[in-house]
Amino acid sequence: MILETLKVAPDELLRRTGWEIKPQGACKAEICVPLPESVTTSGGLIDIEKLARRLAMPLVHEEAAGLWSLGPESGAKALTSATAPDFELPDWKGQPFRLSSLRGKKVLLVTWASW
Amino acid sequence: MWQALREELYPQGLEIVSVALDTLAEKALPFIEAANPAHPSLIDTAHRVDELFGFLNVPCAVWIDEQGVLVRPPETAWIRNTEDIKFGESVAKDVKVLYATINSRRYWDKYPAALRDWVANGAKSRYALTPEAVLARSQPRPVEEALGAAHFELGQHLYLQGLKDLAVEHFKQAHRLQPDNWTYRRQAWSMVNPQQGPTELYESDWLTDVRKIGAENYYAPLDMD
Repeated sequence: MILETLKVAPDELLRRTGWEIKPQGACKAEICVPLPESVTTSGGLIDIEKLARRLAMPLVHEEAAGLWSLGPESGAKALTSATAPDFELPDWKGQPFRLSSLRGKKVLLVTWASW
Repeated sequence: MWQALREELYPQGLEIVSVALDTLAEKALPFIEAANPAHPSLIDTAHRVDELFGFLNVPCAVWIDEQGVLVRPPETAWIRNTEDIKFGESVAKDVKVLYATINSRRYWDKYPAALRDWVANGAKSRYALTPEAVLARSQPRPVEEALGAAHFELGQHLYLQGLKDLAVEHFKQAHRLQPDNWTYRRQAWSMVNPQQGPTELYESDWLTDVRKIGAENYYAPLDMD
């Protein structure tokens, strides 16, 4: 997740990382990790540095561009759960497509590249 | 290839979603436009599905059931018969070995057959794995790998912003931290040299790295017997 600031809205965090902030902690599929109260700022934003430490998500800073990159949670497997991670990507005509829109069908998701 | 399978299996409840791992979307578009696919054909400039699912190479695929649960983790998904490809003398021996391995493993035979079995039989298919088996086969993600993903995302973002020198440094970090991720390496190499041969920017290149691991190990054997 590319960041220009280290305080982000919970819905933006969910959209880009799949981690949802709930009363019981940061949750993805059936997993919830308790969080210290200080992760949420008084303005309702998420303190990314504190969250990153708790979830073992690496945070890379590129000072010259004024950007941070938040990596995925680490320490176990690439798949946190067998529930397919949801995402939104543009299709080739530029229209947003969400994986979960195919719920109810079997799906084969295949990668390819031009290179 | 995928379109023919999609046409066959869509009426039985399967949708195919193809994801182009191309930071430069304009490179993928001509291929997609020529194919004019009926299925969702997405462009993933940041290689986000690598981070989300643990993809490391192309072509690789996952299977997801009607409830949104993975029944196959990322694995090689070759469905093109490569037996009839004739290589000229100038083609490197390693490339020939790579394709000979694909031929001998008969991915294109086994993979569609397994897919048809799953589409017909669902959870009763011998190819549908339990959630525990899917997680057991998922790639380990130590902190170095996660850090590599963060560097790659930053690299492609900077590249698209026109900050190419900065981008290269982050691509190099991604390559060092996720040495088994071919999509990160090939993406960066291809931006400098479309053939992914040696360049002044990167220490390695496609053929050199294929030789390092052995061409027969470029694609993992299909575990579908």
